[in-house]
Amino acid sequence: MGILAGKKVVIIGDRDGIPGQAIEACAKSAGAEVVFSSTECFV
Amino acid sequence: MKSVIKGAGYILVHTPDMVLRNGTTQTTERIVNPDSEYLKELPSHLRSFEQALSYWPNQVYIGNKTPDELSAVEQPWHDKVCDVNARNGKFGQIMPQEEFLLLMQSCDVFDLVKLDKDFVAAHKAALAANPLMDETIMARINDGVDGAEIARLVSEEHSEGLYDHDKLVGCVNRAHDIDVNLSAHVMHENLVSKASSVLALLSAVKNAGIDKNEVEYVIDCAEEACGDMNQRGGGNFAKSAAEIAGLMSATGSDCRGFCAAPAHAMIEAAALVASGAYQTVVVTAGGCTAKLGMNGKDHVKKGLPILEDMIGGFAVVVTRNDGVNPEINLDLLGRHCVGTGSAPQAVISSLVTAPLDRAGLKITDIDKYSPEMQNPDITKPAGAGDVPLANYKMIAALAVKRGEIEKADLMKFPVEHGLTGWAPTQGHIPSGVPYIGFAREDLLAGKLNRVMIVGKGSLFLGRMTNLFDGVSFVIQKNSGEETAAGGVSEEQVKSLIAKAMKEFAATLLAQTD
Amino acid sequence: MDLENQKRVKEFAEQYGPENVVVLLGASEGEASGLAAETVTNGDPTYAGPLTGVQLGLKVYHVCEPEIKAEFDEAVYDEQVSMMEMVLDVDDIVNEMTAIREQYCKY
Repeated sequence: MGILAGKKVVIIGDRDGIPGQAIEACAKSAGAEVVFSSTECFV
Repeated sequence: MKSVIKGAGYILVHTPDMVLRNGTTQTTERIVNPDSEYLKELPSHLRSFEQALSYWPNQVYIGNKTPDELSAVEQPWHDKVCDVNARNGKFGQIMPQEEFLLLMQSCDVFDLVKLDKDFVAAHKAALAANPLMDETIMARINDGVDGAEIARLVSEEHSEGLYDHDKLVGCVNRAHDIDVNLSAHVMHENLVSKASSVLALLSAVKNAGIDKNEVEYVIDCAEEACGDMNQRGGGNFAKSAAEIAGLMSATGSDCRGFCAAPAHAMIEAAALVASGAYQTVVVTAGGCTAKLGMNGKDHVKKGLPILEDMIGGFAVVVTRNDGVNPEINLDLLGRHCVGTGSAPQAVISSLVTAPLDRAGLKITDIDKYSPEMQNPDITKPAGAGDVPLANYKMIAALAVKRGEIEKADLMKFPVEHGLTGWAPTQGHIPSGVPYIGFAREDLLAGKLNRVMIVGKGSLFLGRMTNLFDGVSFVIQKNSGEETAAGGVSEEQVKSLIAKAMKEFAATLLAQTD
Repeated sequence: MDLENQKRVKEFAEQYGPENVVVLLGASEGEASGLAAETVTNGDPTYAGPLTGVQLGLKVYHVCEPEIKAEFDEAVYDEQVSMMEMVLDVDDIVNEMTAIREQYCKY
């Protein structure tokens, strides 16, 4: 069984790494339900 | 008419007490964890003014050292002493906290800043000796009040204390009893932004060698908002700072867009000049107290000094083509659109390769890229990595994908087309613009042909959109006087019309014959 | 990790049950990835946020880790993330994430 399918996914992206929205697109493609997506900024 | 970069000013202010009192990392910690080890340890990690002066990246920021010289210094830099420790540089200066508190009082036109009279007496002469200060600015400084009155204002009237070496030496009063937008905290933040913008404006105007009255328009691109409860971001920092800086012929407006704002403002300035709307426009920004000590917890944990103890400011003078100074090429603009998305490759493509493709240029046709120039000495220990280097790797990765460089040359790209970051993490301050001063010099000297300035902004922090943002523009070597380079002067137009009229008259005469 | 984000992670774990929640990270470095992963498993190591002392033990991955990447649609990953693999130190990130999961992950 996969890690993501059917799970509630919380996304903490990074402005200087991978932003939240990009991760969101990936998670959805794996059959996960994205319940929260944000992007942090350290600069 | 093209627009050119006539000069730039870069200033820093050393504000260790504001790190403790006004940086949000510290103010938050004081609320959630008032007895924390971090707050106890923090004061012993603050740098002296002399240490701030001999810090390599600071000397690069004011122009006494070059980015190339910095990149030759092995990282980390916080434990190295720069061989130049001057407070004045060719681009601007590093101001000590004492002078800056006086400058803040001078910039306050609503009698909100109160300074201890002994503090004023002790430091007024130092500010007066500052080469950028004139009589008008000095005349605005009053004698100050009793220390007891300041203590009363802070304890009873919600005033924001102004400290020097941990001693209360003044305060900023609230401008309204109820309106949070005019609270002492907000007024303090805004007056710091305004005063540092004034210092940047004065530096840039002096460096450009223009008369203050030539400036017709000022664009402020900082990240603060001024206004009251009925118009919270009403503005206008630009005109407020222009007033104190003595730019009597100028009006202006504020441009906002998080860290991308300076690049937006530069494009707007270039377009205003190129269109003929104004002849001389100055883009300016003061610094940000909230970000002081932003990554302090990591710095203290790792035994480093608090490196985010500097307020930053910059200003750039944009004028009509003089046939000499580097031009802003408005045909080579990159922009992150609503539909671009947030995938890093999409962001970089929209900002870098999209404009180059339109002009038939390759990534390697740009000599130097200036994306976000955050000092890695600050960001690496905080787990944010080397931001400029990450940007160069992204541009290089795109170049590999497009077959413009070999994958084996991926790591050569940041060296050949990149720069090592030196700007303080003041949000908008590092975003592309710190390089404009050096770029102007190298383009004038013929060392470079084209540089690209890239600004990126985290709009999602404002909770109004999830979108990212960014714009880019290219500065290039001057291609000469426009009349000589194919343009047509007014005299030429007149002579052409006269010639056409004569020919027409001759035709008419011939017909009547 | 941002204090507001910590609050949200805590709320979602309570609402859906910690066994049903997976956290995905996009941090730019190994160390930052490890700190974020530690926050949602063993509690906030900086003692600042709502997750201080809260051991949620959530499943947590960085988006570039091979086992999570394998679950994504390849074309979507290629478009959204792949270029960043050339930029990030993926090995370092994988090492940090694996260590934290082995130590603190409960699910």
